[in-house]
Amino acid sequence: MKLRQISVFVENRTGRVAEVTRLLGKGGINIRVVSLADTHDFGIIRLIVNDVDKALQILRDNQFTALDTEVVAVEIPDEPGGLAKILEYLGHNNVNIEYLYGFVERPGEQAILIFRFEELDHAVRVLTEQGAKILSGKQLYEL
Amino acid sequence: MIWNEEMECMPLAERRALQFYRLRNTIRRAYEKIPAYRKKFDEHGVKPDDIKHLADISKLPFTTKEDLRQNYPYGMFAVPMKDIVRVHSSSGTTGKPVVVGYTRKDIDTWAELMARTLCCAGGTSDDIVQVAYGYGLFTGGLGAHYGAEKLGATVVPISGGNTQRQVMIMKDFDVTMLACTPSYSLYIAEVMEEMGVDPRSLKLKAGVFGAEPWTDQMRIEIEKRLCCKAIDIYGLSEIIGPGVSSECENQHGLHVFDDNFFPEIIDSATGNPLPAGEKGELVFTCLTKEAFPVIRFRTRDISRLMFDPCPCGRTHVRMERITGRTDDMLIIRGVNVFPSQIEEILIKTQGVEPHYIIIVDKRGVLDELTVQVEVEERIFSDEVKKMEELQARIAKEIESVLGVSAKIQLVEPKTIERSMGKAKRVIDNRK
Repeated sequence: MKLRQISVFVENRTGRVAEVTRLLGKGGINIRVVSLADTHDFGIIRLIVNDVDKALQILRDNQFTALDTEVVAVEIPDEPGGLAKILEYLGHNNVNIEYLYGFVERPGEQAILIFRFEELDHAVRVLTEQGAKILSGKQLYEL
Repeated sequence: MIWNEEMECMPLAERRALQFYRLRNTIRRAYEKIPAYRKKFDEHGVKPDDIKHLADISKLPFTTKEDLRQNYPYGMFAVPMKDIVRVHSSSGTTGKPVVVGYTRKDIDTWAELMARTLCCAGGTSDDIVQVAYGYGLFTGGLGAHYGAEKLGATVVPISGGNTQRQVMIMKDFDVTMLACTPSYSLYIAEVMEEMGVDPRSLKLKAGVFGAEPWTDQMRIEIEKRLCCKAIDIYGLSEIIGPGVSSECENQHGLHVFDDNFFPEIIDSATGNPLPAGEKGELVFTCLTKEAFPVIRFRTRDISRLMFDPCPCGRTHVRMERITGRTDDMLIIRGVNVFPSQIEEILIKTQGVEPHYIIIVDKRGVLDELTVQVEVEERIFSDEVKKMEELQARIAKEIESVLGVSAKIQLVEPKTIERSMGKAKRVIDNRK
């Protein structure tokens, strides 16, 4: 039910994100989802890839600071109000979201949201009770 | 005007006799009253009676800042606490600071020396002196304050900060003399320009600037922008505070008030005295201090003594403006900062020794401190919030321990060259 996401620390200057993706590409890693959080000085790249351990190894070998964290991927209908509905439900059940990012899988059909929760197990329980469609790592890697 | 002509213009032979007499007394008192000195002298195999000429001073052991720190807080006092009327303390350190004490007579001596300093800058009892040095444990504010009062001038005890108000008061109160750090004086000039106040419309005639090293270029800039004479003054809390030496109106070397402090120049590597006129580490011995008589204190400041006569008539030996340090101490906006203090803070906030580099820049006229810290896995989080909290925590700790604000920059690992030794972890772009 849980998914491994890689986070990489990069300085906020030209070419750093490109460098990360270039290294991963060269190592045969396929990036499924990418998101970037940035501040004035630095950024944190978040990646879902097809081979977490290998990707981490490549990054660390190249002196990047990287770690993996557990996130949850949820499939929701790609329609107006789709995101609002699930967020409202999580809010009602006191589930705290650290951050989230998403992408549309098939326009007009499904969108996928990646959540980083404060309390992962509680969040998964709440989502399961609601009947939300949680994707496994395998499902996502093979998209 | 010369404040104390008898002392300041004393014939050299007489001064030497006075210095020797006072040195003997100080050494005896230190040996009898301060166990740490007795121990030091004994270990060094020297007794007060071995000092038979002024030149014998080189037989005495040195005192370092570490010696003073080890005797925190009152271990180096030569009088009982009932005779101490005030204490000051050196600027923040993560270890123990140095506490210095003054008797009533020490406070009088200090006031006299600061009165001499203000006279050196052309001050008289007609002057209105704005003291923009910080008041408090730092010796700058109260030192200048007592000196200006002793001179009979009018003191404006505004302390540091609130620069717009400094400018308004300088203008409205007809201030004629300013006491602050040289960099702060330039900041005042900058704010003055922003406020549209023409320095030529002010009564300001001179400033006594110290507590940080500065250059002749800075002097030219201050004199131009504030339309006043900029006088370099020198002092350190371990010796007394400001009032150890001061330039006169000729601005050619600082007159060391050597009836009170005996200066030496040594080779900082060997500790040997250097021939007259050579450049080296400045060492002072207090000749008149009652409460806190330090002997051969190593200042770590680099200077040179000048023995030629000065046209002003003062016969004090002069010291060249401080040109550097023998250690890695940085002076940032008048505050003493050791790289090791920043390292200790990083260890404290992160639990382990980090890779870091300290960068000092001049932003406009003010010093700016940046600390680059490599983000290694143990301090990395995938949440921006936590990383920003880390930045803020380090910045806050530096500010509270050192009293100087710092910008914390998180950088990728290996940004900082591994071959850099500890002492090289500083990039000072002000030089």
